[in-house]
Amino acid sequence: MTVSPFQRILFALYIAIFFIYLLGPLAVMGASAFNTPEYPQVWPFEGFTLDWFGKLFADQDMMYGLKMSLWIGLLVVCISVPIGLAGAIVMTQITPRARSLYYLVVVSPVLTPGIIIGISTVVFWRQFTGQTGTRFLYDGVILTVFGQASFISAYCMLIILARLQRFDRAQEEAALDLGASYPQVFFHILLPFLKPALFSAAVLAFLSSFENYNTTTFSILAEKTLTTVLAGRMRQGTTPAISALAVIIVAVTVLGAIVYEILKRRADAAAVQRQRAAQAAEEEELAGMPSPAPA
Amino acid sequence: MAAAVELEGVNVTFGDFVAVRQANLTIEPGEFFSFLGPSGCGKTTLLRTISGFIEPTHGNVRIGGQDMKGIGPNRRPTALIFQNLALFPMMSVAENIGYGLRVRGVPRHERDEKVKNLLIQVALTEHGHKRVAELSGGQKQRVAIARALAVEPKVLLLDEPLSALDLKLRQHMRTELRAIQKKVGITFIYITHDQGEALTMSDRIAVMNAGVIEQVGDGRAVYAEPRTPFVAAFVGENNQIRGRITQVADGFATLETPLGLLKGRNPVGLGAGEEALLFVRPEALRLGHDGQANGSGFEAETLDVAYEGSVTHVTLRVRTGQKITATLGAGSALPAPGEMLCLGFAPQDGLLLKRPERA
Amino acid sequence: MSGIGGLTLTIGLPLVAALVLVALSAYERRAGAATGPGFFQRNGLAIGLYLVVAVGFWAFFIILLPQLAMVDMSFRPKLPPAQMGGPKDLYTLENYRYFLFGSTTSTAEWNWIHIKAFFLTIGVSVVITAFNFVICYPLAFHMAQSATLARLRMLLLLLIIPYWVNEILRAFAFRVLLSSGGIINQLLMGSGITSEPFDFLAADIGLYMGLSYAYLLMMIFPLYNAIESLDKNQIEAARDLGAPWWHIHAFIVMPHSKPGIASGCTLVFMLTAGALAAPLVLGGPRTLWFTPIVYDRFYQAFNWPQGAAYALILLVTCIVFVLVVLKAFRLSLGEITR
Ligand SMILES: Nc1ncnc2c1ncn2[C@@H]1O[C@H](COP(=O)(O)OP(=O)(O)OP(=O)(O)O)[C@@H](O)[C@H]1O
Ligand SMILES: [Mg+2]
Repeated sequence: MTVSPFQRILFALYIAIFFIYLLGPLAVMGASAFNTPEYPQVWPFEGFTLDWFGKLFADQDMMYGLKMSLWIGLLVVCISVPIGLAGAIVMTQITPRARSLYYLVVVSPVLTPGIIIGISTVVFWRQFTGQTGTRFLYDGVILTVFGQASFISAYCMLIILARLQRFDRAQEEAALDLGASYPQVFFHILLPFLKPALFSAAVLAFLSSFENYNTTTFSILAEKTLTTVLAGRMRQGTTPAISALAVIIVAVTVLGAIVYEILKRRADAAAVQRQRAAQAAEEEELAGMPSPAPA
Repeated sequence: MAAAVELEGVNVTFGDFVAVRQANLTIEPGEFFSFLGPSGCGKTTLLRTISGFIEPTHGNVRIGGQDMKGIGPNRRPTALIFQNLALFPMMSVAENIGYGLRVRGVPRHERDEKVKNLLIQVALTEHGHKRVAELSGGQKQRVAIARALAVEPKVLLLDEPLSALDLKLRQHMRTELRAIQKKVGITFIYITHDQGEALTMSDRIAVMNAGVIEQVGDGRAVYAEPRTPFVAAFVGENNQIRGRITQVADGFATLETPLGLLKGRNPVGLGAGEEALLFVRPEALRLGHDGQANGSGFEAETLDVAYEGSVTHVTLRVRTGQKITATLGAGSALPAPGEMLCLGFAPQDGLLLKRPERA
Repeated sequence: MSGIGGLTLTIGLPLVAALVLVALSAYERRAGAATGPGFFQRNGLAIGLYLVVAVGFWAFFIILLPQLAMVDMSFRPKLPPAQMGGPKDLYTLENYRYFLFGSTTSTAEWNWIHIKAFFLTIGVSVVITAFNFVICYPLAFHMAQSATLARLRMLLLLLIIPYWVNEILRAFAFRVLLSSGGIINQLLMGSGITSEPFDFLAADIGLYMGLSYAYLLMMIFPLYNAIESLDKNQIEAARDLGAPWWHIHAFIVMPHSKPGIASGCTLVFMLTAGALAAPLVLGGPRTLWFTPIVYDRFYQAFNWPQGAAYALILLVTCIVFVLVVLKAFRLSLGEITR
C-alpha cells in the first residue's frame, strides 16, 4: 500500500498529539516543581528552585507514608509472589473440570474495582477478628497487605503461569530419575526455571502495591501510606512539593527502565553468543566425521 | 545372578486404552536390549514403567531381582535418557553431570573427581564449564549419557536418543553408544523405531506392536525367523501372499494361493486347512523365464527396475494385481519393464505364519 | 456473617471445598480422565502442603470470604455493635431501597442524586472506554505491525515512563494543567480566545480528561500484545488482494485482536467506574461520581451496610459489563486475562 505524504503527516501529527497528551501533563507538573511560586505553576516561570524537594523531604507525614508504602510493598511481594507461584502450579495440576471454576475465582480480583476489594477486606476482617478474638490482626497494614494481595497475587500468578506453561516436564522427571527428592526438584529445577518470571512478578507486585490507592484507602484504617497522605494533601490544597514527588517517581521509573534495558541487552547478547558457539561446535563435529555409508 | 529387569504380566492402561498388554520379559545383566516398534506402540510407556514414572495397572516389574512396586523413580537403580535429553539449561555441563551425585549428598571433592573422569570418558574434558546451550547435538548427547552414568545405575534406559540427530552423526553415535556400553558393562535398554539401529546395536530385540511384545530374540532371529506376521512385515522388506494350507510334511507345508500352490517352511506348526500368510524376502526371489524345477514359482509382469549399483530393486505385478518386490545382486541379468517373468524361491526361503483374524 | 453461623461458614466453606475437590479428583481418576501420580505424590508432602495452604488462604480468606462478607453485610440493618447478632439483626433490603428512594424522611420520590451519579458514572465510563480505544488503536497497530525495532523500543520507553506514576499524581497533573492560573488558561487568555480563566474543574471537563488519561496505558498494552501476534503476512496478503485499509482493520486485525480489545476495554471500564482518585482531585463541589458516594457511606455516614450495598451495586455492574463484553466478543475469561 502506498502511503501518501499527506497520510504520513497526519499519522505523525497523531503520534505527536498522543504523546503530548500522555507526557505533556506530567512535564508541566514536573516543571512546576522547579518554579518558586507557592502554587504549582509553570508560567510565568518566576525562578528556578530546588526548595520544593527539600520541603518534600521535610514533610513528616509524607515521609512516614513513604516508609509505610515501602514496607507494605515489601510485605505484599513476600506474600503475593509465593501465592502467585502456588496458584500457577496448582493451575497446571488441577483436574480440567475444577480448573475453570478455580480460574474464575482467582482471576476475579483483577476485574474487580479496587474500592470493592478494599471494602470487602475491611468488612470481613473486622467480623472475623472480632469473632475469633484476634483483634490484633485488625490492623491497617495487615489489612492493606491482604487487600492488595488479592489482585496482585493474581497478576503474579498470570506472569508465572505464562512461563510455567513453557516448562518441560521432562526436566522434572530427569531430576527425579537421577535421584532427586520432590523438594529438591522444586528448588533445583522448577524455581531456577521460573526465576525470571518470579523476578518480574516481584517487581510488578512491589510497584502495584506502591502506587495503589483505591484498595488502600479503605483498608488502611488509621495507618497512612504515601498515596493516602497524598490524597489528604489534595483536599487541603496543593503545593509544588507534590510535583517534586512526581518528578522523583518518574526519574526512578526511567532509571529502572534503562537498567532493565541494559540487563536485557546483555542477556540477549550472551544468548546469541551461546547459540553461535553451539553452531560452531556442530559444524566442527560434522566436519570430523566420515560420510554415512550409502544406505 | 538375578536378571537385570524382569517384567511379569505387565499391563498399562490409560482409561480404556491399553498401552501395554501382558508384557513378560527377562533382560540379562550386561545386555544391550532394544525395543523396536512403530510409533505409538507403547515403547515409551513400557520404558517409563521400568523407570517408575508409571505404575503398571497389573503385573510386576523387578529390577535386580527386587520388586519395584511402590518404589518411585528417584529410588530405582535405573537412569533414563530422555527423547529430548532434558538437560538442565541453567546448569553447566559439569553441574549437569554431577547433579545425581549432588542430590545423593556426595561430598564436593569426590563429586568433582567423578565428574572429571566422566568428562574424559565422553570426550568433553574441555567443556565442563560451558552451558548446555553452547554445545553441539552430539556433545549434548554425550552429556546426557555421562549424567546418567554418573549415578552408576544398574540399568540405563534410552528413549530414541538419536532421533533428533543429523543422519551422519546418528550413524557415528551408534558405534559410540555400543562402545560405551561395552566399556561400562551395564544393561542398556534401548528404544527405537529404526530397525537399522536395533539390528546393528543390540544383543537382543523385542519387537512391539500395539502394546504387545510380539517376539524377542537376537537380530538374526527377528529378521530370519519371525514368529508373527507383524514381525515378518516390520523387520526388513518382505513379500506376503495369502492362502490356505493344503498339505503339511516334516517342517514344510504347501499353501494354496491364487497364484498356485506354493511351498514354504512351517515353523509354527500350522495344520492343513488353516488360513496362512507366506513371506518371501525380496532377495530370496529368483527371476526366470520358465517354471522352476525345485521350489515354488508363479508368473509376474515387471513394472519397474531401480538400479542402485550393488543391488537392483525390481517391482513386479502378479495375476491378482498385488505388487511384489525382488532384489537382485550385482551381476544379475536385469529384466526390462513390461517383461513377463516367472518368480521362484526355494521352500526354505518361504515362511508360513498364521494369518491373524483380521488382516 | 455474624455470630456462630458466620464463623461456621468461615471455617466450613474451605473445608467443604477441599472435600469436593478431593472427591472430584478421586472420581476423575476412577473414570480414567486423570492419570499419573496424585497431587501429594507429584509434589511431595512439604511442597504439596505449601501449595494447598497458599492457594487455600488466597482463594478463601483473601478473595471469597471477604466478598461474601460484603454481600452479607449489604443485606443487614445498621446497628450499634452491641446489637449485632441480636434479635434486630435480620436480613433486609433497606440498603438497596435507600439507593432507589432515599431516606424515609425525605419528600422526594426517588433518590435522584445517587441514581443519577450511578448512571452518569456508568455512561461516562463507557464513553471514556470507547474514546481510549479509538485513540490507542492506531498507535498500538503502528507499534505492533509497522514500527522499526529501534522506534518500537523508543515508543515503549515513552509509554513506560508515566506507567508507574500513581493515579493521584496523574490527576494532580491535570489539576496543575487546568487550574485557573494553569498553563492552558494562560494560553487561552494569551491568545485572546477567552478573557476570563475557564473553570475546567467545575465543568467536570478536568475530571473526564483526567479519567481518560489515567487509564490510557491499560488500553494500549493489551491492544499492542494482541495485534503483535498477528502474522504480518496476513495483512500483506489482504493488501495484495486489493482490500482497502478499513477492510483490513475491520475484518483481519480487529477479529484477530479481539482478546486484546476485550481485555483493554474491560480493564479501562472497570478502573474508570471504580476510580476514586480522579473524582477526589479533579471533581468540583457539585461533581457527580459514584465511588465518592460509596466512600462517604463508610467514612462520612458511617453506615457500613449501606456502603456494602452500594459497593455491591457497582460490583454487579462491572460483572455485567465483563459478561456483556465476553458475550459480544464470544470469548472466554481465560482469553482476556492473559
Ligand atoms: N498419559 C497418557 N494418557 C493417555 N494415553 C497415553 C498416555 N501416554 C501415552 N498414551 C498413549 O499410549 C500409546 C503408546 O504411547 P507411547 O508413548 O508409549 O508410544 P511410543 O511407542 O513411545 O511411540 P513413539 O515412537 O511415537 O514415541 C499412544 O497411543 C499414546 O497416545
Ligand atoms: Mg516414545
